[in-house]
Amino acid sequence: MSQIPFLAIVLTPLVILALATLLTWVERRLLGLWQDRHGPNRVGPGGLFQAVADGIKILFKQDWIPPFADKAIFVLAPTIGMMTVLLSFGAIPFTAWSGIVGTLNVGLLFILGMMGLGVYAVVLAGWASNSKYALLGGMRAAAQMISYEVFMGLSLLGVVMIAGSFNLHDIVMAQTHCWFILPQCLGFLVFLLAGIAETHRLPFDLPEGENELGAGFHTEYSGMKFGMFFIAEYAGIILISSLVTTLYLGGWQGPLLPAALWFLLKTTSVVIFFILLRAALPRPRYDQLMALGWKILLPLSLLNVTATGTVLMLRAAG
Amino acid sequence: MLNTVRTLFLTFLHAFQRRATVQYPEEHPYLPPRYRGRIILSRDPDGMERCVACNLCAVACPVDCISLQKTEENGRWYPEFFRINFSRCIFCGFCEEACPTYAIQLTPDFEMSEYARPNLVYEKEDLLISGTGKYPDYSFYHVAGVTIPGKDRGEAKRERPPVDLHTLLP
Repeated sequence: MSQIPFLAIVLTPLVILALATLLTWVERRLLGLWQDRHGPNRVGPGGLFQAVADGIKILFKQDWIPPFADKAIFVLAPTIGMMTVLLSFGAIPFTAWSGIVGTLNVGLLFILGMMGLGVYAVVLAGWASNSKYALLGGMRAAAQMISYEVFMGLSLLGVVMIAGSFNLHDIVMAQTHCWFILPQCLGFLVFLLAGIAETHRLPFDLPEGENELGAGFHTEYSGMKFGMFFIAEYAGIILISSLVTTLYLGGWQGPLLPAALWFLLKTTSVVIFFILLRAALPRPRYDQLMALGWKILLPLSLLNVTATGTVLMLRAAG
Repeated sequence: MLNTVRTLFLTFLHAFQRRATVQYPEEHPYLPPRYRGRIILSRDPDGMERCVACNLCAVACPVDCISLQKTEENGRWYPEFFRINFSRCIFCGFCEEACPTYAIQLTPDFEMSEYARPNLVYEKEDLLISGTGKYPDYSFYHVAGVTIPGKDRGEAKRERPPVDLHTLLP
């Protein structure tokens, strides 16, 4: 562990947080673009400092804990949300040589585990708030995230089988000749959908569902505690996007341009796709969401595992 | 499924369409000439005040934001004061419709914000403009049969001179 540069450990969370804050502005500008309006374009060049202004505003808001809330857990929940997302970034290899523990031999499992823990943030927030809408949001979040975790894990099995490793560095190296999006297109699709549900982004943002539940699990939160949920959500988008890049789009590999730039480019396009989803699609009903998961995505991911296994077996035999 | 992809594509295409927003302080929206904005009092082609203080606008006003007082000078009626409280005005244009002399008119201007409410009360000197507004040729006293200095009875447009009753006697 001594070879991990201290600088990387300090810089990675800072850069991720800065990018997540920036993403709030990027999202609003892009939504504006796709809805034939401008979005925030007044503060700074192109409205760039809107994110900073929002940050300052939210920092100085009253930090209110409702008297009926379970205080300890109420404070703990956003911390968990933020921490699990930031910890996950440790295992992602941004380039061949950077990333904190890019060559961790159980890297993929670590990230899945962290995402599993991330569910606690939402569930505990909903529970500790002690109000009906927050509880409903937390309950939905628990059901949605736990079931989509299943397909997420299953869809990744194909990648792991081909690469023969949980090490994210090795998985990227295995894509030198062919990105996994081609042989694993089914797995990619399921992973992408599960990723949207996992970060509870639109159109799968039922835990928040602002027109039915107020704001769902973070109804009672305000000030920087709400801000942490908010930033953690955007950091989650970056996380899922960089995972998609690493697992299916060949990671940092690409011709001509430097490795870090390739990674950034691929991740950014996935992030932009996430935002396009929000601009275009309405939210499904809750039972439709669960039906999509258990009746379509689960069989699809099982089919993917079976097919990948059969092909690998035949190739090994022949 | 295909519908979803189509929706995504169509939404993406909106990136290349014109934005509907008008960037207000820098750009201005087009306001048609009959836009109902800031109210003015116009003058007739001779440069005299058109308002004859008939009070019809004040009567028509649904929010009672117009108040005025009549005064008389050389046979012409004028408002002694004419006051519009724009913090009450709803820009309905009823005053303009009620006005028999085209004096009160609404203009395509809406930039009249103030920090203090009393500043929204416009007096006659704030309302009166030097031009004729939307009706360049109209002059009430030249079509009405009222006697004013320089225009005797029967000298108005489309008005015949009064009949001398003595000529009708047998």
